[in-house]
This record gives sequence, structure tokens and C-alpha cells, in this order.
Amino acid sequence: MADQMSDKSPEQISEGTDKIVVKDLNFYYGDFNALTGINVSIKERAVTAFIGPSGCGKSTFIRCFNRMNDLIPGARVEGLVSMDGQNIYAPGVDPVDLRRRVGMIFQQPNPFPMSIYDNVAYGPRLHGVRKKSELDDIVRTSLERANLWKEVNGILDRNGLALSGGQQQRLCIARVLAVEPEVMLMDEPCSAIDPTSVQKIEDLMAELKDRITIIIVTHNMQQAARVSEFTAFFLQEQAGEPAVLVEYDRTANIFTSPQDRRTEDYITGRFG
Amino acid sequence: MDKRTANAIALGLLWASAIVTVAVLFAVIVYVFINGIGQLSLEFIFTWPHGVNAEGGVWPTIVSTLYVTLLAMLIVTPVAILAAVYLAEYAVQGRLVGAIRFAADSLASVPSIVMGLFGLALFVEGMGIGFSMLSAAMALAFLMLPIVMRATEEAIRSVPKYIRWGSYGLGATKWQTVRRSVLPAAMPRIITGIILATGRAVGETAVVIYTMGQAINLPLSPFDSGRPMTVHLYMLAMEGINLPAAYGTALLLMIMILVFNLGARYILRRSKRRM
Repeated sequence: MADQMSDKSPEQISEGTDKIVVKDLNFYYGDFNALTGINVSIKERAVTAFIGPSGCGKSTFIRCFNRMNDLIPGARVEGLVSMDGQNIYAPGVDPVDLRRRVGMIFQQPNPFPMSIYDNVAYGPRLHGVRKKSELDDIVRTSLERANLWKEVNGILDRNGLALSGGQQQRLCIARVLAVEPEVMLMDEPCSAIDPTSVQKIEDLMAELKDRITIIIVTHNMQQAARVSEFTAFFLQEQAGEPAVLVEYDRTANIFTSPQDRRTEDYITGRFG
Repeated sequence: MDKRTANAIALGLLWASAIVTVAVLFAVIVYVFINGIGQLSLEFIFTWPHGVNAEGGVWPTIVSTLYVTLLAMLIVTPVAILAAVYLAEYAVQGRLVGAIRFAADSLASVPSIVMGLFGLALFVEGMGIGFSMLSAAMALAFLMLPIVMRATEEAIRSVPKYIRWGSYGLGATKWQTVRRSVLPAAMPRIITGIILATGRAVGETAVVIYTMGQAINLPLSPFDSGRPMTVHLYMLAMEGINLPAAYGTALLLMIMILVFNLGARYILRRSKRRM
């Protein structure tokens, strides 16, 4: 299926350092081939957006990076996914360790039904931090980095579910930041929250990308254009067929001079 | 028939059924209340029965009932929760799990007198524990096990998958996820299940009559025998010894079960508001 890819191979984006490299990836749910022939290199400390119509495998693909798909019975990955040069599907790699390094934000804000403090301290506690003073520091720093500290300072013992949807999503971001990940995967993080909160989360991404590699799946092309440096366009052309990566380039190029006709049709709103 | 007439008849039938249901419940409660309320007093609750007609109070039977119920709860809770966690989270869903679930449901429908007989054979005689709180508590635990296990399983399954993902996404192992996020999220409904099963145990007669004995006795050690309220009630009524005291005991029992059920509702409501 590689011939369906644009001439411009993803590896040809020469700037920046590659954080994650994907080669010839195929993904299966049981017998169903959901993604095929994916080649892409994700740049370190930048925001990469995955766009495409519903059902094109963007969310499936993003879950390959923290092996979240391992939790789905029958899911199977072929090909190479490497982070910092190491194959994350190699036999010796523990997905539990990987997920600490590659954090994930979900479409539905999913705070645990416990206090704000305990939500943020959850990750550090998993990994053996016990000292109260140390946890206090981590909780405060993480909430500050997630731009939530000012709103929740003083109500840290309140249940995380009592916050608004947008605050809950930032709480989830703080919770991920507390384990100091190198990569943050965001699976349509703004589609279930109100517009003012979307603004806050987009601002936050701009601040975080100095230290963290961010990959965001979004339905919203304006959002991809606003927040990302690189954009990958995925498409499933026929129902039942595997989805492919149509084009991957600098976001500016994708939105101003796409190389592939299908990308152009999608971003000009002719389908999807 | 005119569709309006049919509608009116259907409505009438539904109303009548609802009223019969409520009326029956109401009649039982009112009847026991009217006959029992005259007996209720601090003296009735806190003194021993005495004399050939069991005058006086029912204190040792209250203690026996609470003792055996609490002990049964302590026995059943860990087993039921661990079994439910295994079924809901770890076991490969398939025939075996289906069979275990079917077994649990069947266990729930075993007549309690059969469970009592089993308790008599296994604990009282087989293991030589004798008529005791412990024998009765273990037999009651069998009765409570499927209730608590299924309630826990349902509670675990109702925890949204997003919660689990959040935990796995932070690098939690399966056990960490179960212990630190799934079980806490499921806890209100698990507690409700335990309380409902406990209410069932408080009112149970057939199981305890075979396993606890009938002697009026204030149990201290788990190996002591005793007479729970239900058995006391049975004997007072069946042998026509002291009918007013029987109604007083019945009212006390109903109040205790009501308190358990209200407690369960309160916990569930409070946690729903929090969610």
C-alpha cells in the first residue's frame, strides 16, 4: 500500500530530532486490518497533530505509542515503533514502564473519584513516592504547570469530579505531568469541553511543548492549524479497508499547499 | 373494544396492582407494629428472658443475632470481593466464568433450610465445632456469598473504562489499577451489597436453627452457642409460650432490617451525589 502514500516520505522532514519513529506499521483488531503501511517520524518537543475523518484510525494509531492497545483482546501490531531508537514492542519492554514515559489524555475527562490532591498524587504513589513533603511538591508543581493551581489551591481535598469539565481535563493533564512523561498523547482532548476551556488547554500545550513531545488527535482542523508544527492526515477510503497515512508534513504546508489531492479535498471541507 | 375503554381498564389494573402491593406490605408492617409496640421498652431490649413463659426481655438473642451477623460479614466480605475481582477483572470471560456465575446464582437459590442442614453436617458435626456462633456464621456466609459476590461484580463492571485507562495510562499495573482506582470507585455499591446481604442474614432462621443451637446464652467467644432473635421468635410463637413477646421481637427485627436497608440507600445516594 506504500504506493498510496504521497511522494514525500515522512522521513524526509529533516529538521528537528526524531522522538518516535514508525516503520511499516500494520494494526489489526482480530482479522480486521485497521491501519496499514504507516511510516512516520514524530519530532521531539513539538506538537504533532493527527487529523482525518471519524473512523480513520487516528485514535487506534496514537494508542500504539503507549501500548494501550495491548489492553484490547485481539489487537495486534506489526512493524516497528521505536522511541529514542528503542523498539517499544521488543520483548524486554514493559508496557507499564512505557506508559509512565508516554502519558495519555483522553477525550472524556476521567479524574478518579477521589480528591484533587489524590488524583495528582496517584501516579507518583504508583511509582513509590511516599514522603508527604515530596508529594506536596509534586502536586503543586504539576497543578501549576497545568495552569490549574490558582483555581484549586485551597480546595485540594475536594473531589476531582466536582470540578467543571475543562478543569477536570486540566486536572488529568496535571495528573500525567506528575509522572514527568517525555511524550504526551492527547486523544481529542477538547471535544467534550466548553470553548473557553479549549483556549486554556491550547495555551497550555504551547507552554508544555518546550519540554514534552505532544501528539494530538483532533477532528478540528482549525485546532490542528493553531496548535501543531506537524500534521499527519489519515484516511480510510473504503469501509472495511485499512486506513492509511495520506500525507505528513509541516502543518503550514499541509494547510496551504497539500501535495495529495485527498488531503486538499479534506482540508477544504469537501468531505469528512 | 373502544381504545379509550381499553386504556382506562389497563390504567385501572395497573393502579390496582400497585395498590395491592403497597397494601400488603403496609398491612404486615402495621399489624406487627400494633401488636409489638406495647412490648417495646428499654427493659424488653436490655434484660434477659426469664420464667417458663419467657417473660422479660430479649437481650441475649439480640446479641446473638448481631454477633453471628457481624462474624458472617467478616467471613464473607474478603472472600466475596476477591472472587468478584477475579471474575470481573482477571478471568478470561468464557465458559468457565459463565459456569462460576451460574453456580453462584444457584447457590443463591438453595433453600436456606438445606444450607442449615449442610452447616450442621459440615461445621457442627463434621468439623466438630459444635453449635456455635462460628458454625452459624460460616453457614450464613454461604448464604450471603452469592449476594455479595454478584453485587461486587456488578459494581466493578460498572466502573467506567475511562477510569481504568486513566490508571493504566499513568503506568499502573493491573493490580494497582484494581486496588487503587477500580475498587474505590466501586466501593459504595459493594458496601450496599454487603448491607443488603447482612439484612438477609439478620432475618435468617432456618440456617441458624441448625447451627447455632437454641440455648439462651450471651455469646462471648465464637465457639459459644446462643439463640438468635428469629429462633426465639419462632419458639415463642410456635409453642404459644408468649405471643406478645413474639410480636415485640418481630417488631425489633423489622426495625433492625429497616435500619440496614436505609443505611444501604443512604450510602448509595451519598456516593451518587459525589460522583
